[in-house]
Amino acid sequence: MSPTDLAVQEQQSSTRAHRIVNDFSIQIATVNGSGSQTANMVLLRSILLMGVPVSGKNMFPSNIAGLPTWYTIRASKQHYIARKKEVDFLVAMNAETAKEDVMTLEPGAAVVYDEPLKLNTLRTDLVFYPVPFDVLVKPVCSDAKLRRLVKNMIYPGILAKLLGIDLALMDKALAKQLGKKAKAVVLNSAALKAGWDYAEATFTKQDPFAIEPMNETAGKILIEGNAAAAIGCMMAGVTVVAWYPITPSSSLCESLIGYMKKYRVDKETGKATFAVVQAEDEIASLGMVIGASWAGARSMTATAGPGISLMGEFAGLAYYAETPAVIFDVQRVGPSTGLPTRTAQGDLIQAAFLSHGDTKHIMLIPCSVEESYAMAMEAFDLAELFQTPVFVMMDLDLGMNNWMSDAFTYPTGPINRGKVLTAAKLKEIGDWGRYKDVDGDGIPYRTIPGDGLPSYFTRGSGHNSKGQYSERPDDYVENMDRLSRKFETARAHLPVAVVQNNPKAKVGLIGFGTSHFAIEESRDQLREETKFETSYLRLRAYPFNDQLAAFIDAHERVYIIEQNRDAQMRQLMKLELTPERQARLRSVLHYNGLPIDARSITDDVLAQEGFEVAKKTTARVSAGSAGGE
Amino acid sequence: MATPTPIKVNRIGLEPAIYKGGKTTLCAGCGHNAISERIIDAFYEMGINPAQVIKLSGIGCSSKSPAYFLGGSHGFNAVHGRMPSVGTGALLANHKLIAIGVSGDGDTGAIGIGQFVHLMRRNLPIIYIIEDNGCYGLTKGQFSPTADLGSTLKTGVVNDLPPIDTCALAIELGATFVGRSFSGDKKQLLSLLKAALSHRGTVMLDVISPCVTFNDHEGSTKSYAYAKDHDDPVEDVTFVPFFEDIAVDYEPGTSQEVTMHDGSKLYLKKLEEEYDATDKINALKRLHETARRGEYATGLIYIEPDRDDFLTQLNVVDEPLATLPLERIRPGKEALEEIMEGLR
Repeated sequence: MSPTDLAVQEQQSSTRAHRIVNDFSIQIATVNGSGSQTANMVLLRSILLMGVPVSGKNMFPSNIAGLPTWYTIRASKQHYIARKKEVDFLVAMNAETAKEDVMTLEPGAAVVYDEPLKLNTLRTDLVFYPVPFDVLVKPVCSDAKLRRLVKNMIYPGILAKLLGIDLALMDKALAKQLGKKAKAVVLNSAALKAGWDYAEATFTKQDPFAIEPMNETAGKILIEGNAAAAIGCMMAGVTVVAWYPITPSSSLCESLIGYMKKYRVDKETGKATFAVVQAEDEIASLGMVIGASWAGARSMTATAGPGISLMGEFAGLAYYAETPAVIFDVQRVGPSTGLPTRTAQGDLIQAAFLSHGDTKHIMLIPCSVEESYAMAMEAFDLAELFQTPVFVMMDLDLGMNNWMSDAFTYPTGPINRGKVLTAAKLKEIGDWGRYKDVDGDGIPYRTIPGDGLPSYFTRGSGHNSKGQYSERPDDYVENMDRLSRKFETARAHLPVAVVQNNPKAKVGLIGFGTSHFAIEESRDQLREETKFETSYLRLRAYPFNDQLAAFIDAHERVYIIEQNRDAQMRQLMKLELTPERQARLRSVLHYNGLPIDARSITDDVLAQEGFEVAKKTTARVSAGSAGGE
Repeated sequence: MATPTPIKVNRIGLEPAIYKGGKTTLCAGCGHNAISERIIDAFYEMGINPAQVIKLSGIGCSSKSPAYFLGGSHGFNAVHGRMPSVGTGALLANHKLIAIGVSGDGDTGAIGIGQFVHLMRRNLPIIYIIEDNGCYGLTKGQFSPTADLGSTLKTGVVNDLPPIDTCALAIELGATFVGRSFSGDKKQLLSLLKAALSHRGTVMLDVISPCVTFNDHEGSTKSYAYAKDHDDPVEDVTFVPFFEDIAVDYEPGTSQEVTMHDGSKLYLKKLEEEYDATDKINALKRLHETARRGEYATGLIYIEPDRDDFLTQLNVVDEPLATLPLERIRPGKEALEEIMEGLR
C-alpha cells in the first residue's frame, strides 16, 4: 500500500464516522470455479456463530469455470434476510468486473481488493483496503496448483480482522464446511490466519462496519431450500423418485439421494426402501411418477421451467386419469432457456393450467426453508387425497441459497393416502366405479394394481364413471363437472394464507414465496420512513380460498408483489374476482433475475401512492455477465 | 345320472373366460386381434394370475388392444409414445407385478423412439410388443418409420426413407429377449409369448400385424400375403414351461437349449442354417442379411437369460415399495435431529 492510499482513506473516514453494527451487506465478486463458494460459506457461517442473524445469496453464471460470480452476505440484527439492494462492503477479486463493481457502490462503502487491480484510483469517497493476495498465498501453499483455490480463503481472514469476527469461530466454520478433509482444513486455516495477520499488521480500521456478538442464532440451522424440501420428501415417505438434471432443481434430488442412502436403507438387508431413476428427460420423469403413483407408490419429480413445459401432456393425463404426482418447480428466469441461474416466479400460470383442454392444478408456494420442508410433506398427502398433480412452486433464491432457520420439527401425524378402496369399503359402496363420486366431494375411490380388488382401465381418453371408454356428451360433462367439484373441495384443504390485518391501513400488500422477506422489511421501511401503514396477506396455495376476497374488501388498494413481468398471480386472481375487487388491484413487479429487495418494493408502492420518492443512487442490477453461455 | 361337464381350468384353477377382455373395436381381420388372442392363450396356459398383471399401452390402434385381453388386470392407456416411462414407474412401485406393454410401429418408432431406446437400455422386466403394420391406422394410413423402402401406400405414394429395424435396435441397446413374429403364425407367436413370461428382463417382440384397411394391398411389405411369403424363421421354437414334465428329444447338435429364469426350457431347433440366439453379433448379422433379401427373420432372434434386470440393479427391498408401512418409509426422530445437528 502506498502512502497516498492512507491519505485518501483518512479523508474518507470522516464521511461515515458512526459505527454500523450487525446491519450491513458484504458482496464478494470472484470468478466461478475458483473455490470462492467455500470461502463465502465460511464467512457466512462465522457470522452465524457470532450469534448474528445472517443470510447469503449466490448470483452465479450458467458456467463451470471462468465467468464472474457474486455472493452477497447480509448481517441483520433486525432479522432482515432478504437481499439488500445496496452493497456496503465489497470484496473485489475479479479483474473483469472490479471496476463496475466499485463504480456502483454508495459513498462510504468499503472495498477489499486484489492489490494489482489498483481500484483505489477510481473513487475518492470509498474506503479501500488493498491486499496482495498472490504474495500472501505463497508461503501458505507450496503447491502452485492449489494456490488459486487457497488464495480465496485469505479474504475471510481479512474480513474477520476488519469486521471483528472471532478468528476461532471462523476456524470452527471452516472445519464444519470442509468436514473430514483434515489436510484441507490445515491449509485453509493457515490462509485465514495469513489474511488476519496481514490486516492486523497493515490496516487501520477506516470503515464503520462491524460484527458484534449477539445471541440471536442459538440452535439455528443453515440450509438450502432444495435440501429442506428433500428432507420433507424423505419424511413424507417418498418411495419413487424420477428426475432429469436441470438448474436450479438438481440439488433437490441430489440431496434427497444423499439423505435416502443414509436413512432409508434397511439395516439388516442393506436394501433400499426407495428407487431413484435419472430419466432420459422430464417427460419420462413425470411418466414414471405417474406410473409409480398409479401403482401405489408415493412418487415425485423436481424440475424447472423448461422441464415443466415438457411435462405438459403428462400433467393433463394425471389430471384427467386422476393419478397423484408431486412436482417441484424450482423456478428460474424464462422464457426459453432464459437466465438459468437467476431467480423468478414466472411459471405460475403455466403450472396452474399445465396441459391442453380444461385442466387446472393445485400449487403450494413455500416462502422459507421451513415451509419447503413442511409443504413437501403436505404435497404428498394432498396429491393422494385429491388424486391429482400437486406443484410445489419454489424458486432459485429459495432452492439454491443458504437460509438461516429454526430446526425442523418432526412430523407427528400419520400420512394420508387418500381414498384407496378396501374390501370393506367396496362392500359398503356396492357398485364401485373408478370415477364415481361416492361422497359428493368429487373425489373417487381408487384401486391399486396387485391389490386383488376390482381392476379398471386407466386412460386419458373420454371415460364414464366406471372408467370405460365413452364419447357420450353426458358422460363427458358429468366427469368434467366432478373434476371441478374436486378442485373446489381442494380449496378448503390447502395451506391457508397468512394474514396480518392492520386496522390503520388503507392499503394491503399481497405476496408469496421468497418475496415474503423483502415485503416484511418493506412494510417496516414504509412505516418508519413514511408513516405509511399496510396490511399483508401471504398466499401459500392455489386455488385461493375466501381469505383473498375478504382481504381485498378490507382495503382500498391492494398491491400484488410478484417476481415476474406479467403479473401472473394477479391474472390468476382476476379469473375469480368480481370487477369491483379487480379494480382495487395494483402490481409491484420485479423481474431482473436478482432476488427481490425491500427498497424496490418500498419505492414502487410509494410512487404508485403518489409520494415523492427520493432518487437514491442507481440500483445495482448489473450483477450479471455478458458473453459466455 | 349325468355327471356335469368338468369346467376347464388352468394350473392355478382359473377358467379361460377370466383371461378374456372387452369386445374388440378394431377392424375385422386386423392382425392385432390375433395377437390379443395369443396373449390370452399364453397367460392362461402359463397360469399367470391376471390380478398380478398390468397392461400398458401408448396411443394408436395397437394401444387400444389391452382393453381386449385380460379384463381382470389393471390397464393404463398412457400418452402417445410414452408407455415405457409409465411402465417403468409402475414396476418401480411394485416389482412383483407382471407387465405387458402393447405399442405400435408409430408409437414406438416415431414419437416414442426416445422412451423405447431407454427402456431397452434399462432391461426393465416388461414384455414390450410392437404390433407392426408399417402405417398409422387410426389416422388413416400414413407411413410409419418401420415402412420398408419402396413400400407403397394405397394411394400409390412410395416410401423412400429406410425403415427402423426395431429388433436390431433393441438388441443393440441391451434388451435381453428379442423376437419377431407374424400375427398369423399361431404356434411361433404363442411359444415366444410363453417364453417371454419366463424371462426376467426386457422382452421386445416385433409382431408383423397387417392393417387390413390401409396396408394390405399389393406393393405393401406389411400385407398378409407379403409377410407369409417372406417369413424366414431363424429356428423352430419349442417352449417347455417349468411346471410341465415333458422330455424333448432332439438329435444331438440339431438344437440349442436355453434355460430360462424360472427354470423353463427353450429348445431352438436348427433349420437350414446354423443359428446361435445367444450371439449378439450373429443375431444382428442375420437381421441385416434377411432384410437385404426383403424377408423377415422371425423367431427368437436374441436371448441373454442371465443379465440382471433394472429392478434388481436398484437393490430395493423384497416387498413392493408401494405398500411399505409408514415406519419403514419415514425415518425416526433421531434421524431428523442428526440432520439438523449437521446443519448448525
